[in-house]
Amino acid sequence: MSVVQGCVLVALWLSPLAAQAERVFVSNEKDNTVSVIDGATLEVVETIKVGRRPRAMAFSSDGSELFVAVGDDEAIDMIDLETLKVVRSQSSGEDPEVIRVDPHRPYVYVSNEDDNIVSVLDYEERTRVTEIPVGIEPEGLGISPDGKWLIATSETSNMAHIIDLNEMEAVYHRLMGARPRHVEFNQEGNEAWVSAEIGATVSIIDMQDTFDVKHTIRFDVPGVPRETVQAVGVALTSDGRYGFVALGPSNRVAMIDQQTYEVLDYILVGQRVWHLALNADESRLYTTNGVSGDVTVIDVDGFEAIRSIPVGRFPWGVIVEP
Amino acid sequence: MSLVAYAHCLRGVVGRELLRFVHQRSRFVAALVRPLVWLFVFAAGFRMALGVAMTEPYQTYILYEVYIVPGLVGMIQLFNGMQSSLSMVYDREMGSMRVLLVSPFPRWYLLICKLLAGTMVAIVQVYVFLAIAYLYGVQAPLMGYVLILPALIVTGFMVGALGMLLSSFVRQLENFAGIMNFVIFPMFFLSSALYPLWRIREGSYLVYQVAALNPFTHAVEMIRFTMYEQLNVSATLVALATTAVLLGLAILAYNPARGMAARKGGGE
Repeated sequence: MSVVQGCVLVALWLSPLAAQAERVFVSNEKDNTVSVIDGATLEVVETIKVGRRPRAMAFSSDGSELFVAVGDDEAIDMIDLETLKVVRSQSSGEDPEVIRVDPHRPYVYVSNEDDNIVSVLDYEERTRVTEIPVGIEPEGLGISPDGKWLIATSETSNMAHIIDLNEMEAVYHRLMGARPRHVEFNQEGNEAWVSAEIGATVSIIDMQDTFDVKHTIRFDVPGVPRETVQAVGVALTSDGRYGFVALGPSNRVAMIDQQTYEVLDYILVGQRVWHLALNADESRLYTTNGVSGDVTVIDVDGFEAIRSIPVGRFPWGVIVEP
Repeated sequence: MSLVAYAHCLRGVVGRELLRFVHQRSRFVAALVRPLVWLFVFAAGFRMALGVAMTEPYQTYILYEVYIVPGLVGMIQLFNGMQSSLSMVYDREMGSMRVLLVSPFPRWYLLICKLLAGTMVAIVQVYVFLAIAYLYGVQAPLMGYVLILPALIVTGFMVGALGMLLSSFVRQLENFAGIMNFVIFPMFFLSSALYPLWRIREGSYLVYQVAALNPFTHAVEMIRFTMYEQLNVSATLVALATTAVLLGLAILAYNPARGMAARKGGGE
């Protein structure tokens, strides 16, 4: 092997863009499509036609299907991950926005914004299991790793409703920042991070003892008007090191120490960053940038954005194949 | 004459320029302060905190201070090129140029030695500036700092040859202010050093066209792309061609038989 070849190999190995075999799925709200990005080349390799207004996505428990909430069709489209085609669709109730899949049962939970309920659907039997009443305009959903708790946020009531999934009913209601958007549990399941879009905060709920807010993270991006800082998507590394919060029109992702809740850095990404997803080994974070119509790839250990990839119009959700 | 003699001449001219540069510490500081003020103050004021839209060679969104650094590298070289031409006017007035030009070496070789000397001084300043910018957080790929070197040499020769050509027109040191007003500032501001061309186009199509034709724009883009491990072929070709033309004209201008030097009488 020549010196040049050796150098190239070392450079490739060291590069944060070193080949990674992963598929990233991005829902394009205005294009009614899901873009598939190849993690090795960081290029869009496939565009899947889905129903109208696709937003949140989730994988089925067995990892064979991708569920996409298509709001204007009031349904969940189910994409076969082998063929990358929509193979079936299940009615979801009015305006489904966020969906979560139960880790143990074949259930998908859907926030129905216009009906003020969370629908519970059985995706194997294709039946509606039950409906759980929550606050006005439910939006974000988060499920604990043990499948015991579901938290639904209602963006008009400004509340987080903590639902006992054994009883299928909301047992605690907690006030959050203005317009709570997204819920994410940490790996241990003892904390739930709830972002508030207008409040520009993330409230940390103690899910072990009190079920109360135990800390609130605030954001202040230097040189950026306060009103453009809007907390939306949240992603947490499973090793308990970092938390990431998408800060909407401020075009920044906040990088947070999960233990101290201190903001470590603000990383510049595309315009109006909305949702986030970590890849399997948590070396990369993918962000959807709604206005600029692209996905930014962040090198987690390098604390920096390394590439932005054009996708469809108004990318909303992003998820990486496990 | 042997190659050794040529090398001796080159060492003498470059050594003199570097020695002068080292002895003039205030010049070194002043040469660094100018781009640093732009980086720390101007770029902070015009921060475009929401990011500069994606444009090649950048692969994602960048802050304004990241965008402006290659332009400031070009600025260092531009001012340095003009400083070299200023020193040629000074040398002519003081008589030291006569010493240089009466040497047995060909005139073109002496001028190229002089250009190389000025370029090397500028490159030292550029790398010190890039090191400070790196510590400030504007970090290019490490290989980019190596790949940028040929682009810096081409740019150094381009602006140096321009300065040399201009110096052949300037009779007295006092006239140099005119050069500043009519050459350096338009070249710098009417280029992609401070704003991307697409942004200039949004403001004025005429200014955009002038900036697109400005060879300094191409030099800055050549620097920008190499700094990020890419080659902008068209910018590089334009920069090389401009350098060749300016160098030819400068050599012609200093030709005692035909150039401006002849008209002024005797090559000084």
